[in-house]
Amino acid sequence: MDVRLWTFIMVGISFALYIGVAIWSRAGSTRDFYVAGTGVSPLANGMATAADWMSAASFISMAGLISFMGYDGSVYLMGWTGGYVLLAMLLAPYLRKFGAYTVPEFVGQRYYSQVARVVAVACAIFVSFTYVSGQMRGVGIVFSRFLEVDVTVGVVIGMGIVFFYAVLGGMKGITYTQVAQYCVLIFAYMVPAIFLAVMLSGTFIPQLGFGGADPATGVFLLDKLDGLHQELGFTPYTDGTKSTIDVFFITAALMLGTAGLPHVIIRFYTVPRVRDARISAGWALLFIAILYTTAPAVAVFARANLLDTVAGQPYDAMPEWFSGWEDTGLITFDDKNGDGNIQYVGDAAENELTIDRDIMVLANPEISRLPNWVVGLVAAGGLAAALSTAAGLLLVISSAISHDLLKRAWKPDISEKGELLAARISAAFAVGVAGLLGIYPPGFVAQIVAFAFGLAASSFFPVIILGTFTRTMNREGAIAGMLSGITFTAAYIIYFRFVNPAADSPENWWFGISPEGIGTLGMLLNFAVAFTVSTLTPAPPAGINELIDRIRVPGTIKTGGRS
Amino acid sequence: MPDANAYWSRNLRYLGILLSIWFVVSYGCAIVFADALNAIRIPGTGFKLGFWFAQQGSIYVFVVLIFVYSRLMNRLDREFGVAEE
Repeated sequence: MDVRLWTFIMVGISFALYIGVAIWSRAGSTRDFYVAGTGVSPLANGMATAADWMSAASFISMAGLISFMGYDGSVYLMGWTGGYVLLAMLLAPYLRKFGAYTVPEFVGQRYYSQVARVVAVACAIFVSFTYVSGQMRGVGIVFSRFLEVDVTVGVVIGMGIVFFYAVLGGMKGITYTQVAQYCVLIFAYMVPAIFLAVMLSGTFIPQLGFGGADPATGVFLLDKLDGLHQELGFTPYTDGTKSTIDVFFITAALMLGTAGLPHVIIRFYTVPRVRDARISAGWALLFIAILYTTAPAVAVFARANLLDTVAGQPYDAMPEWFSGWEDTGLITFDDKNGDGNIQYVGDAAENELTIDRDIMVLANPEISRLPNWVVGLVAAGGLAAALSTAAGLLLVISSAISHDLLKRAWKPDISEKGELLAARISAAFAVGVAGLLGIYPPGFVAQIVAFAFGLAASSFFPVIILGTFTRTMNREGAIAGMLSGITFTAAYIIYFRFVNPAADSPENWWFGISPEGIGTLGMLLNFAVAFTVSTLTPAPPAGINELIDRIRVPGTIKTGGRS
Repeated sequence: MPDANAYWSRNLRYLGILLSIWFVVSYGCAIVFADALNAIRIPGTGFKLGFWFAQQGSIYVFVVLIFVYSRLMNRLDREFGVAEE
């Protein structure tokens, strides 16, 4: 059977599975719709969180990115996992005890302020929309490459599927389809990785394999890569080009952003108890770590494979996949010196080959001549990753509109049924907008991801931490902190990415911190402003102390005064 | 009689210890001291230690830290009689 047929079969089976799960898990109340009735087991929530978190970028782009960045790629590996430690210890248990439906709900109540709530709603919606547009685009791209349909058709099919389970089932439908999607995506990621590990290092475990030796020559893969890189004029694979301070700040911004992203936080509202929220973060990170510790191995295998196949080789001797990807424009070869060989070198003036990093995962099965069903499986996995993340983000948008704005701000007397209907309508609306963003992507989607993390790191993360760990933080401090954190971070990113991209280089950055890492500084600024303002303005009302006492312990406890 | 303050300060102590480990492993071993640690190799493999921490080790430590925290807190909840039904 050919690749296309296998892809249809794999994608078809996975979609049928999602629809089946969606019909089984319809939402009957707003509680079902927003937080799946708080009845999700910690293990299931761990899987759902993992699928929610791992996006099209994690599945399709990350290994390729690391493959080209070497050590510098570690910022993504650590940044997108280390945040779960913060989430598990500093946010999830307390927010679960608080028992809200949304993140702005906590901000609004803890800081006794509609303004704080609305600022939080605006952040949540902005962060989620920027993020979701990339997911829908990913869906369209997978469809167009593997099934040879138009990107637009692909996005519309993806929208249809998400519409079905997000609008029908809300959080409940999303949760259980995410569990199914996790299984599909992790299987799809691991199968080719294990094949590659066996081929290139003679072991079944990719995590060990990339530290192993080439079975034929006995040379360690990483040594071989470092050597080849030096020969060709690239930085050695296990060294970085980024400065230590920049790696430090980018890693921190990604960690803090991860812990502050609303679609991840709300997953911890769905479990029954505080202790389930804690262990559930552990399961989530374990399931994420399976993919995240495999990705650097895939990166090394892909890099070694690529250099072996193309570097210095005659163009005419290239295998079939090479010309296939050339047709899509993702590989380009320009024979500058006209010798018919491919010069793939670090020096831009002499380099003749450019390779889009996204194809590393998608092309791996072909490069390694894996069976056709594996290629189909990878397509289904990429779709699972994109759809599961899109659904989680859409729910944040819909609950921000129907719960935070409609129920809490405009129409507090709305009935349960009315709110559920409003939630479904806003979910449908969000799916539509996300689809449009996928079909007509703003040209700056990639740039804007730095925004999502930077804003989450400089707004939600500090405001929630301060709300739980300090008693003195008041409304004025929180609002001033959020606004200054966001404004500073946004201004820095906008300046270097949109206003004056020519200046976007280490010599002009403050303290050598790139726009990706500036959210960390934004967070520090948020803390500093919040503390200063809170000491100059009235303390929070007495009720807030009781709220803090309540969220700090899982059950009930006699209170022993302030601490 | 144990009270809310004692519970909270124990929680903060656990957080202090666990987050220090989190910080040292990721920002220390994998970033600031990565070059120094790269002089050491994990025996029998091609991994330089700093690189390994950055792309493997730190992630394993993160997972373990959350499970340890979860256990410690469950025990603390029972000790203070605040575990949920």
